[in-house]
Amino acid sequence: MSGIIRLHFELPGNDLMSAGEASSSVKKKLNQLGINPAAVKKAAIAMYEAEINAIIHAGGGTLAVTITKDRINIVISDHGPGIADLDLAMQEGYSTAPDYIREMGFGAGMGLPNIKRNADRLEIKSAVGQGTTVEITVFF
Amino acid sequence: MRIKEIAEILEATIEVQGDSLDLEVEAAFGSDLMSDVMAYVKDSVLLLTGLVSPQVIRTAEMMDIKAVVLVRGKKPDRCMVQLAEEKGITLLSTKDTMFVSCGKLYSMGLTGKGVRE
Ligand SMILES: Nc1ncnc2c1ncn2[C@@H]1O[C@H](COP(=O)(O)OP(=O)(O)OP(=O)(O)O)[C@@H](O)[C@H]1O
Ligand SMILES: [Mg+2]
Repeated sequence: MSGIIRLHFELPGNDLMSAGEASSSVKKKLNQLGINPAAVKKAAIAMYEAEINAIIHAGGGTLAVTITKDRINIVISDHGPGIADLDLAMQEGYSTAPDYIREMGFGAGMGLPNIKRNADRLEIKSAVGQGTTVEITVFF
Repeated sequence: MRIKEIAEILEATIEVQGDSLDLEVEAAFGSDLMSDVMAYVKDSVLLLTGLVSPQVIRTAEMMDIKAVVLVRGKKPDRCMVQLAEEKGITLLSTKDTMFVSCGKLYSMGLTGKGVRE
């Protein structure tokens, strides 16, 4: 693979039907590029969890991807309510998801810890009332 | 075990054929919580769930799950069918409950491997 690939997606808020479409496209791209399956899976899991979070907790946002020879960098940004206590949010089982999200099979408080487990590098910046940016890197 | 055999054991209807009914799976995971599927599944397993939602198919796609069984007689809605067709994921529906479905498949040799401890 030569050069740098950049992809950009809008994540429409409160549209759970299309939630995951961006991650699906990126996963397809990584597979086309012949990236090793273990790395593709790690990136797919982390990206999908963050995409769902931006849609259900923050009313949508954007997903920007940079793929280079040795890594994928994924930045998911939103202008939602932000996360007041990030240490608490990172704990397994902590969730503020409303009931209708639970009915869709999400909201168990497993997402952020799962992102951490799968990302080789993770940086989360969040400010209450301003929004959240999650930056995930996976090395190939 | 081939997906075709799984359908027979569960007397399941084939709602979406998917890429192939001859695919082999060794292990399965049963859950109505997609959060847990995302967090626990490692390898390519069979997913059993009572949840009818397009996010079941999305989750399957992300986790390299090639076949999904809807338990307790649940039928997929149009949205789920459409997405499964698009992604080549097999979708089965059985009248058996989660417990009975898992019991039958386990006793026929499917394992709980492929899941994070
Ligand atoms: N982008 C975000 N904006 C605002 N709050 C967020 C965001 N992402 C996560 N949170 C907060 O952190 C909590 C924990 O997130 P996490 O992804 O671990 O669990 P969840 O989304 O509630 O459930 P699950 O991921 O298991 O479906 C959320 O319930 C929410 O309060
Ligand atoms: Mg989440």
